[in-house]
Amino acid sequence: MQADERLALADDEQMAFEVPDVLVDRATHYCPGCHHGIAHRLVAEVLEEMGVVDDTICVASIGCSVFIYNYLAVDSVEAPHGRAPAVATGVKRGRTDKIVFTYQGDGDLASIGLAEVMHAANRGERITIVFVNNTVYGMTGGQMAPTTLIGQKTTTCPGGRCRDREGMPIRMAEIIAGLGGVAYSARASLDSVKNIRAAKKAVRKAFDVQQQGLGFGFVELLSGCPTNWRMDAVKANTRIREEMIPYFPLGVYKDVTEGEGVC
Amino acid sequence: MPNNTTDTGTPERIFIKGNEAIAHGALAAGCRCYFGYPITPQNDIPEMMSYALPDAGGEFVQAESEVASANMLLGAAAAGIRALTSSSSPGISLMQEAISYMAGSELPGVIVNMNRGGPGLGDIGPSQGDYFQSVKGGGHGDYKLLVLAPATCQECYDMMVEAFDLAFKYRNPVMVLGDAIVGQMKEPVTPWKPAAVAGTEAADWRLEGARGRKPRLLKSLFLEDGALAGQNRHLQAKYADMQAEARAECFLTDDAELIVVAYGSIGRIAKSAIRKLRAQGHKVGLVRPQTLFPFPGPLLRGLAEQGKRFLTIEHNCGQMVEDVRLSIRGIVDSAFYGHMPGEMPGSDDFLAPILDAMGGK
Repeated sequence: MQADERLALADDEQMAFEVPDVLVDRATHYCPGCHHGIAHRLVAEVLEEMGVVDDTICVASIGCSVFIYNYLAVDSVEAPHGRAPAVATGVKRGRTDKIVFTYQGDGDLASIGLAEVMHAANRGERITIVFVNNTVYGMTGGQMAPTTLIGQKTTTCPGGRCRDREGMPIRMAEIIAGLGGVAYSARASLDSVKNIRAAKKAVRKAFDVQQQGLGFGFVELLSGCPTNWRMDAVKANTRIREEMIPYFPLGVYKDVTEGEGVC
Repeated sequence: MPNNTTDTGTPERIFIKGNEAIAHGALAAGCRCYFGYPITPQNDIPEMMSYALPDAGGEFVQAESEVASANMLLGAAAAGIRALTSSSSPGISLMQEAISYMAGSELPGVIVNMNRGGPGLGDIGPSQGDYFQSVKGGGHGDYKLLVLAPATCQECYDMMVEAFDLAFKYRNPVMVLGDAIVGQMKEPVTPWKPAAVAGTEAADWRLEGARGRKPRLLKSLFLEDGALAGQNRHLQAKYADMQAEARAECFLTDDAELIVVAYGSIGRIAKSAIRKLRAQGHKVGLVRPQTLFPFPGPLLRGLAEQGKRFLTIEHNCGQMVEDVRLSIRGIVDSAFYGHMPGEMPGSDDFLAPILDAMGGK
């Protein structure tokens, strides 16, 4: 449905902020204040602006992120937990002419799926990974994730994550940037309008490097999970700024678009 | 030898290992992607595919693990590509997650298991210890693979062509279950190419980008009320339809008093034992299931109804014998001889068990 069909505009009104056609018009299942909706929208806008919606295949992961296929009107396949980069490798090797991306949370990508994402990146698979990091297992009820911050309380570290017991949170954008097949790796945040605009540029770049055949594209999006953080949406955004960004610095960790790519 | 062949200019006969016949057969079947991880005794397959598949315009990926290679298979299958992975027992255990997802999402792909000894790391010699894992599902949930069991290098070739067709016919993973014997031995093989490789272009489920149509979704998650029950009913009906594919080699069964049931390499070794005993006047025959799922149960039941006795021989501690007994239940039982994995069987090893089973009459 076109955005202007959803809202009746008065004669003197203009549509200034449209909904991308590729976003499905339906009620969201995500919690109030969750940033998945913003992340979906950024992907939708980028795919439309690149003109690749009809050539895109989405690989969904396990967690709250699995339901991206309910909101994004592209061909999609569901991967087992953590295996989306391997599934995307198979899709892309089978259809090298298509745009293939995974959409994964931090439990999926940085814990159970660490081997798959590292090796897909290292091989330089021409795929894009949109990595949503909210420092917690959301769908299963707020357990500790590999990205949970030191001191952060979850249902499986009720006293707060302890460095000596659970180790340090994993910084994925930096790790991915260190692998040879990667063309672009960046971390952005969805806590504010300014950061969302920067995040969109990073998402676009992560898809551009795939389309140009330069290598593996990776973008990490720091996101809020007010439900499992036990706080309201405003405080969640504040937490991203005051606690997450200092440990997970925003920025571009690798960008080979000025050179000749990898491999 | 199937009769829908065409002259392809390929040599009349080539002398190759069973593992190589697997790779040749896959190429003849139009396989376009191979994903795998090294493990003995099947390394000839990825080694040959690593050069032959790119030459044929396809893609070869040495994955970081069998977990990954099976999931790559899932991905290529979702794109409607004829794709293959191969491994041996410990690696196949690692693939069960993706295989369950493929069955649940109804994705076609071919998995070759050159069965080695287990449990655990076992050894690198032959075994049939993976029968249960292959025919009873193997991963979580209620599902079945079509399972083909080659006994010769020629069958390795032929069954690969058939495996791809069955996978796409039923939208289901297919396993070709060999062992370290058939994979490692060399025999003359007559290559052939199917007259036509069934195209997947028209498949109304494959992912290719939603140009000019509604988006497609391939998934195994069914949360809506009643949706999973409906999917399971659909899958079970499909598995029932697969019974039409059941097949077995029958050798001297007409006048046999005792039917030996054995599959794969062991079926072939049992055949040698039966020849020796026939020369001594013993009326013994062989049923060698070529499909393990669907199991040729009705064939066995028909033989049981004729009053024949049964002995199941396996290179494990008793797995297929359960399916034999289920097939002939209420009529007669099956005796069992299990050759222990870790020991290589010869045809003489089967003589005493067969004579024992005959002597029971």
